[in-house]
Amino acid sequence: MTLQPNTFRSGPDTSGHFGIFGGRFVAETLMPLILELEEAYRAAQADPAFQAELDGLHATYTGRPSPLYFAERLTEELGGAKIYFKRDELNHTGSHKINNCLGQILLARRMGKTRIIAETGAGQHGVATATVCARFGLPCVVYMGATDVERQKPNVFRMKLLGAEVIPVTSGAGTLKDAMNEALRDWVSNVDTTYYLIGTAAGPHPYPELVRDFQSVIGRETREQILAAEGRLPDQVVACVGGGSNAIGLFHPFLDDADVGITGVEAGGEGLGGERHCASLTAGRPGVLHGNRTYLLQDDDGQILEGHSISAGLDYPGIGPEHSWLKETGRATYVPIGDDEALEAFALCARTEGILPALEPSHALAQVAKMAPEMGRDQIIVMNLCGRGDKDVHTIAKTMGWDL
Amino acid sequence: MTVSRIDARFAALRSEGRAGLVTFLTAGDPDQAASQALLDGLPAAGADIIELGMPFTDPMADGPAIQAASLRALQAGQTVPKTLDMVRAFRRHDDATPIVLMGYFNPIHSYGRDRFLADAVEAGVDGLIIVDLPPEEDDELCLPALEAGLAFIRLATPTTDEKRLPKVLANTSGFVYYVSIAGITGTAAPDPARVAKAVDRIKAHTPLPVAVGFGVKTPEQAGEIAGAADAVVVGSALVSAVANSLDSGGKATAATAPAVLDLVRTLAEGVRAARTGAAA
Repeated sequence: MTLQPNTFRSGPDTSGHFGIFGGRFVAETLMPLILELEEAYRAAQADPAFQAELDGLHATYTGRPSPLYFAERLTEELGGAKIYFKRDELNHTGSHKINNCLGQILLARRMGKTRIIAETGAGQHGVATATVCARFGLPCVVYMGATDVERQKPNVFRMKLLGAEVIPVTSGAGTLKDAMNEALRDWVSNVDTTYYLIGTAAGPHPYPELVRDFQSVIGRETREQILAAEGRLPDQVVACVGGGSNAIGLFHPFLDDADVGITGVEAGGEGLGGERHCASLTAGRPGVLHGNRTYLLQDDDGQILEGHSISAGLDYPGIGPEHSWLKETGRATYVPIGDDEALEAFALCARTEGILPALEPSHALAQVAKMAPEMGRDQIIVMNLCGRGDKDVHTIAKTMGWDL
Repeated sequence: MTVSRIDARFAALRSEGRAGLVTFLTAGDPDQAASQALLDGLPAAGADIIELGMPFTDPMADGPAIQAASLRALQAGQTVPKTLDMVRAFRRHDDATPIVLMGYFNPIHSYGRDRFLADAVEAGVDGLIIVDLPPEEDDELCLPALEAGLAFIRLATPTTDEKRLPKVLANTSGFVYYVSIAGITGTAAPDPARVAKAVDRIKAHTPLPVAVGFGVKTPEQAGEIAGAADAVVVGSALVSAVANSLDSGGKATAATAPAVLDLVRTLAEGVRAARTGAAA
C-alpha cells in the first residue's frame, strides 16, 4: 500500500511537479516567458477583478453554468446507476474549450501581449481560441497538422470566418503533436509580442495548473448541481482524456471526496495490441515531451509515436501530467475505449436522449454504458458531455458508408 | 585530474590566437555509414569541435533543415546506441577532437539516465547539450552528467537577462553556447554587433569560452562572428548540404561527403581569417 497524500488538490508544487510528473522542460529561450506567465497568473489569482470578469463573461458569453441533465431514458435502457450529463457541449463554440480560452485570453491581455498563437487537433480548441481573439480584438494564428486540416475542414473554415490565420503543419505526421511543436517554434521566434494559448492541461508549468483551474468550473458547478438534485455526491465521475483538460476540470473538485470514484477514458482506437490507439496512460510509459514529464506513447528508443483515434480530439501521444500522477497514486482509474465502442455509444445517445455527442465524450459514454448496469439503481454517475457531435458527422457518415 | 578534450582544445585555440569552428551534423543522416564517413572527415576539414545531433521525432527548437535531418536519420534506423557506436568508431582514430552530443531529453530518459552517462563516457563523448533541460531541471541530467565527468553545455539566449544569466551559467561547463537569435535553428541571421555585445555580457559573468550559433551559414558570417566569440557553431547549413547532395530516393551519393566537407573547409577558412576579438 503506497502512502496516500492528505490532499490530492494541492498540486503542483512550486517547481510545477505533481509527484514526479510535470516540470519545465523547455528551451532556455522560453524559460523567462513561462516564469513571466507564472508571475502574471499568481497576480491574476490574487485579483478579485480578474475572476469577476471571467465569471461575467461565462454568464453572458459562454452560457454558464451549463446544465446538469438527468439522462432518464439512457438510465432506463442501461438498467443500473442513474446517469447525469454535465452539458458542456451547450457552451458557446460547442465544447468545454472556451472555459480555458476565456481565462487565458484575459491573462494574455493583462500581460500586454498583442498576438495569440495556439495549436489544435480536431479544431475545437482552434475555434475557441479564434473566438476569444475576435471577441478581444487580438490577431490569432492557429497551427494545425496538415492531415487534420484535411479531415476537419468545417472547423478550419470556422476559424477563418472568425478571422484567424490557420497554418497547416507538414512536419512529422502533420497531426496535433506536430502542431504543438510548430506553435512552440513560433513562440520562441516571437517572444516579445506573443502569448501561447495552450489548449490542454499539459505543457510546461504553469500551463497544466492554469488550464486545470480554468476548466475546474466544470467540476465546481457539477458539485453544486448534483447536491441540489440528489442531496449527495455522485458515486462515479467519468470523462474522456486526450490531453485531459475536460477530465481534470470535472475531476479536480472531487479529488478529496474519497467516496467519489474517478474514471478517465482513453482512446483505445483499433485496439491496444497494435499501434493504432492513443492510450498513453494504459499502454505508454513516462517520458518527457512538450515541456513536461508524463506518460507518453514512445518506442524503445524514446521516439514519440503517432497516436490514432477515430476522434481527432483524443489523438495526442501524451497526457496532462496531473493525470499521470492521479493514475500512479491510484486516485483515478484510466481505461481504454475503442473506436467501435465509441461509435456505438454515439448512436445510443442519439437514439435515447436526442443528443449527438462529439466522438470524444462518446468514449466516456461507452465506459458509462459498461459501468452503469453493474451498479445499483440508487447509485449515481456524472459524465462530462464535453462537446457536441456536429463536427463529427462527416467522420461518422464515412464509417457508415455514407457520402455527405 | 586530466585536462578534458574541450578545455585542451580551447587552450590550443587561444594559443593560436583564433576562434574555433564547431560543426553540427545529425548522427545517422542520411544513414549510419555515410554519417560515420562525414564525422570521421570533419577534423581534417577544419572542425575544431564536433556537435553530433541525437535525432528526435519532436525537435521543438529546430528549424526545417534539422527537423528533416532528424527524420532522415530516424527513418534510416538511427538510435541512441548507434549514435554512441559512431563516437566509439571515431575515437579509434581521433582522441583529441571534442565531441558534444546535442539533442532532447526523452531518448536519454528512455535509455536510462545513469546507463546513458556511463555509456557516453565510455564511448568517448565529452559533453552534452540538451535543449529542453533549463537550469530549473538540473537534477534531471546536468548534475549527474557533471558527476560522471561530462561537460554540460548550456544555451544562453537573447531572452536570458542579467538577472537570469548567473543561474544559467551556474552549472555550465566546457563552454557556453550563445544562441544568437530568439528563434529556432537555421532561420534568421545574427547581427554581429549585437552578438559581440552579448558575448561581452556573458564573459563578465564567466571565465568559460563562448561559442555562438543559430543562423550562421556562410564563411563570411562565420568570420564576422569569429571576431567576437571563442567559437562559431554552424549546423543547419551543413545539414542542408547533406540534404542537397542526396539522390531522389534520399540516399547518400558520391557527392555527399565532398559537399559537406568542402563547406566545412571554407567555413574553417572564414573562421581562421578572423582574429578572435574575444581573447581574454
